[in-house]
Amino acid sequence: MSDARFEISAGFLPLLDSALLVMAREKGFAAAEGIDLTLVRETSWANIRDRLAVGHFQVAHMLAPMPIACNLGLTPLAATTVVPMALGLGGNAVTVSNALWHDMAAHGASDDLSPRATGDALRAVVAERALGHASPLRLGVVHPHSGHNYELRYWLAACGIDPDRDVEIVILPPPLMADALGSGSLDGYCAGEPWNTAAVMLGHGRIATVKAKIWRSSPEKVLGADARWSDANPEALSALLRAIHHAAHWCAVPGNHTELAGIMAAPTYVGRPAEWMLPALSGHLGTVENSLVDVEDFFVPQAKAATFPWKSHALWFYSQMVRWGQAGHSPNNASIARETYRPDLYRTALKPLGAALPGANAKVEGALAAPTPVGSAGASLVLGPDGFFDGSLFDPDELDGYIASQRSATV
Amino acid sequence: MKTAALSVLVIDENRIRASIIEAGLREAGHDHVTLVHDVAGIGRRIAEINPDVIVIDLENPNRDMLENMFQLSRAVKRPIAMFVDRSDSASIEAAVDAGVSAYVVDGLKRERVKPILDMAVSRFNAFSRLARELEEARSELEDRKVVDRAKGILMKSRGISEAEAYALMRKAAMNQNRKLSEIAQSLVTAAGLLGDDA
Repeated sequence: MSDARFEISAGFLPLLDSALLVMAREKGFAAAEGIDLTLVRETSWANIRDRLAVGHFQVAHMLAPMPIACNLGLTPLAATTVVPMALGLGGNAVTVSNALWHDMAAHGASDDLSPRATGDALRAVVAERALGHASPLRLGVVHPHSGHNYELRYWLAACGIDPDRDVEIVILPPPLMADALGSGSLDGYCAGEPWNTAAVMLGHGRIATVKAKIWRSSPEKVLGADARWSDANPEALSALLRAIHHAAHWCAVPGNHTELAGIMAAPTYVGRPAEWMLPALSGHLGTVENSLVDVEDFFVPQAKAATFPWKSHALWFYSQMVRWGQAGHSPNNASIARETYRPDLYRTALKPLGAALPGANAKVEGALAAPTPVGSAGASLVLGPDGFFDGSLFDPDELDGYIASQRSATV
Repeated sequence: MKTAALSVLVIDENRIRASIIEAGLREAGHDHVTLVHDVAGIGRRIAEINPDVIVIDLENPNRDMLENMFQLSRAVKRPIAMFVDRSDSASIEAAVDAGVSAYVVDGLKRERVKPILDMAVSRFNAFSRLARELEEARSELEDRKVVDRAKGILMKSRGISEAEAYALMRKAAMNQNRKLSEIAQSLVTAAGLLGDDA
């Protein structure tokens, strides 16, 4: 018999960044908080959303923009969803087929993962294909409301490629990406780990650039909570946030990475070899067979307030929903996006632990060129660097101007 | 006044389950039912079929791709929403519990679509029951085989009759509060390890 005070069911998809939730259970952090945490592996983000809506799950591993899309009514079915915590920063990459890389290399793509150099090479390939009346390149992302979709589009657009006109963007579940690349039905994709490393290990493709270089220290997955449940069960929610906080610290210790990779490799979690998990954890990324590139901050589970639900992250995702025609811009919609992320719930849960709590709820994204100490309660806190590769800034107080400037920027 | 028959598209990789749903819908008088087992080229198929209702199983890993397609006007001529009425939470819950989801074109009247959804949900449940019963029957058969092997091992190693061997195992099962098949399995495994399998 369990003597747990709280029973919580959480849905997740087989991705490395579900590790914070998985370790909360597997390393006993949830149990120590009196939580009987059940983890259910799902096959689609739609299932996660539906099962949260009908109460099968109280919380879930979610794409960071998803709860905002739910609350804006952009999805077919959804519970009001709140984000009391993020599940780390970074963790994605853009992988291209061997054939596409061959063409990009001929146009000066460098193997240092530079978004500018690879993007410029990709633009040249796109132009060449258009001249030769070849079909547009087909690129995969995991969901229309995903960091993958927005960072891929951001990178393409900043390199002069119109994501809606010059290439075709399709949706595919992450575990199928590498095979689709190998079979030639995709030319490239943006996905989370280990699904980029998977293509490299299988010899199907090559990592061209990474999220950490497109927008460093940027948000990726969050903990989404059914608002009906979290409103009614604040103690259970706080206990879960503390458990995940401890799990994040555990995940950040390099000495734990081998064990972490072993746990994630189990069939109930990611169900792929442990060595596929290690590159993202160490930042020593195998971009192609026998070629290693060190990426700083490839995946950040804990440092730099990596689990803090910044309202500026929510608003940036919202700005991209507007940019790509998924949502209309209005003060009401912006407010819905802003209120989806709940740093107040985060502070309530973690304050008793003396954790590093940012003093602000939002920040200017892309403003820090170097690691910078910032005002915090509890432990001291260092943020950044957090730059966008094209040098632009996102000031959440200038949301209208940012949206207008992206609208007028012709590709 | 007669209204045009609704066109229903069933997307399910499980052919047996899809056929069971199709049969139910046809019995209920729906003649425009199309089954699709493979999502390759689904966009073109949807454009051809122009369905009013799309029924899809929740195990399908391509749901995100399909939903995205439903929201793009290129593949679907009319906007598609999930379920006919968001406020009908009992129906939605029953569907998700059963492992099925439905998408319905905007503007369809609830009373026209509800019977289709209810049919899909009940057939999904019936299929799950059937699959469960099959699985139970299969494991029962396996259990019986293991018990027979364990009996043989005991008869040989102890020189006892079949009835005595069976009684011995039953007693062990009761004493240890375990299932007879578990006791039998341990016996067979142990005998295998010791190399004196009957």
